[in-house]
Amino acid sequence: MKQKKHRYIFSKTVLALTMVFFYLPIIYTVIFSFNDSKSLSKFSGFSLQWYEKMFNNSDLMDAVFYTIMIAVLATIISTIAGTFTAIGLSRSNKVLRAVMEQINDLPVMNPDIVTAIGLLMFFSSLAIKKGFVTLLLSHIMFCIPFVILSIMPKLRSLDPNILDAALDLGCTPAQALIKVIVPQISSGILSGALIAFTMSFDDFVISYFVTGNGVNNISIMIYTMTKRVNPTINAVSTLIIAIITIVLVAANIAPAIKGKKDTAADNG
Amino acid sequence: MRGFRSMLYPYVVWSFIMIVIPMLMIVVYAFTKEGNSVTNILFTLDNFKSFFNDTVFIEVLERSIFIAVITTVLCILLGYPVAYVIAKLKPASQVTAVLMITLPTWINMLVRTYAWRGILDKNGLINSILGLFGIGPIKILETGFAVILGMVYNFIPFMILQIYNSLSKMDPSYLEAAADLGANKAKTFFKVTLPLSLPGIISGITLVFLPAVSSFFIPKLLGGGQYMLIGNVIENQFLTTGKWGFGSAISMVMAVIILIAMYIARYIDKKLSVKGGLD
Repeated sequence: MKQKKHRYIFSKTVLALTMVFFYLPIIYTVIFSFNDSKSLSKFSGFSLQWYEKMFNNSDLMDAVFYTIMIAVLATIISTIAGTFTAIGLSRSNKVLRAVMEQINDLPVMNPDIVTAIGLLMFFSSLAIKKGFVTLLLSHIMFCIPFVILSIMPKLRSLDPNILDAALDLGCTPAQALIKVIVPQISSGILSGALIAFTMSFDDFVISYFVTGNGVNNISIMIYTMTKRVNPTINAVSTLIIAIITIVLVAANIAPAIKGKKDTAADNG
Repeated sequence: MRGFRSMLYPYVVWSFIMIVIPMLMIVVYAFTKEGNSVTNILFTLDNFKSFFNDTVFIEVLERSIFIAVITTVLCILLGYPVAYVIAKLKPASQVTAVLMITLPTWINMLVRTYAWRGILDKNGLINSILGLFGIGPIKILETGFAVILGMVYNFIPFMILQIYNSLSKMDPSYLEAAADLGANKAKTFFKVTLPLSLPGIISGITLVFLPAVSSFFIPKLLGGGQYMLIGNVIENQFLTTGKWGFGSAISMVMAVIILIAMYIARYIDKKLSVKGGLD
């Protein structure tokens, strides 16, 4: 009995300390973004001055715009491309599939900095002007592998007869694809899109190397702003935390609502 | 049916251009002389020589490996109990706990690392708490400790989740069998639980060591300008001095270190799991 109680206290303590460790920096950032002084330790009063500074900083606002633009475009493009590729991959011969899976793993397994310098030299050699285009191409490049990786398991567990049945019953291949395959793997596509969005939205290392000519994302701005104590960073950080939290909540709630509707429809 | 196969081909072309060629360029630049033209490529090992002959770079290399090893060991020692505790919770609480640990990893690493500056600063949270007890202020920021803390903070979720995965897959009847056969709690843990969770630790090591050895913004944000790691040297070669060949060579040295680390991890895994099976 006594031992059980000890174990209970031990596990509660471990969990509590873990949560404090993980969430303290995040909560700290949010709280001090509303501080009315420059201090990092004393909360002297509520103010929105750092948010005002953030909205008045046009470089920062450009970076927010670029970050969201790139993330949305990279997510849409890499999700569509990744879905196509994954379906093609599941139908291709063994050798080609093995080779492609190896290549696909490269950006996932390589340290970001290695991927980044490869792309930097590649773009520079082709004399492509560093900026929005190089940033977008790079983000698409590192997002697609994650989309493929999250769709492949769904495709593997798909019954191949379903597709044959659809085709036998007179579906064109395109119809079979959209009406039969895609709905079956939709959860994989959705989680792939979610990973792509957050990867792109949060990326620093690769963006930092491949961009130029004044096109920055939020991470790069933070990195260059950290040289001095600057609570505006806390405001930007809070904005990022809010956006990611909203995306995550939406992504988790959407399937739940859909699931409820489906069961409701089934019951009705 | 067969038509679907052609959906792969655009990506074959894309990945060759965007993934394979950039990787090959690193290798080519590392092994050739500066100022090559396409028709005249000169092989050289100079880039590697100038790296290994410079004591400053060797020091950076040693420091990077040291920090990455310490980070990995700390992630195992601190992450294991957490994963263990989570695996013993009720199934519903397990889901919540895993979610709580995953959530912060979705938030920008740079943001979360920067937050530690406020906490560790001379006038920051920790020092003001210590001040209440009349201690300090202690210099925490811009030390090796701060860098390791930042790395453990950023990478330990991967370790916890990997160990948790292998622990939660474990068949509880093994533990009952061990208890029935007279093993005490400690013996059961070291002879049954630990060996069975080893695959989780091994994949955790890969997920922690790799980003730790190549990280360059954590040392810059928390270690100050003086605290150089190998990632910072690569950054300087490409963004400050423009020595691509030298920078490529250093990143290849780093890649070799990562491969060696993975090989060692797999070797230990093999050795220990064979031994665990025999005893």
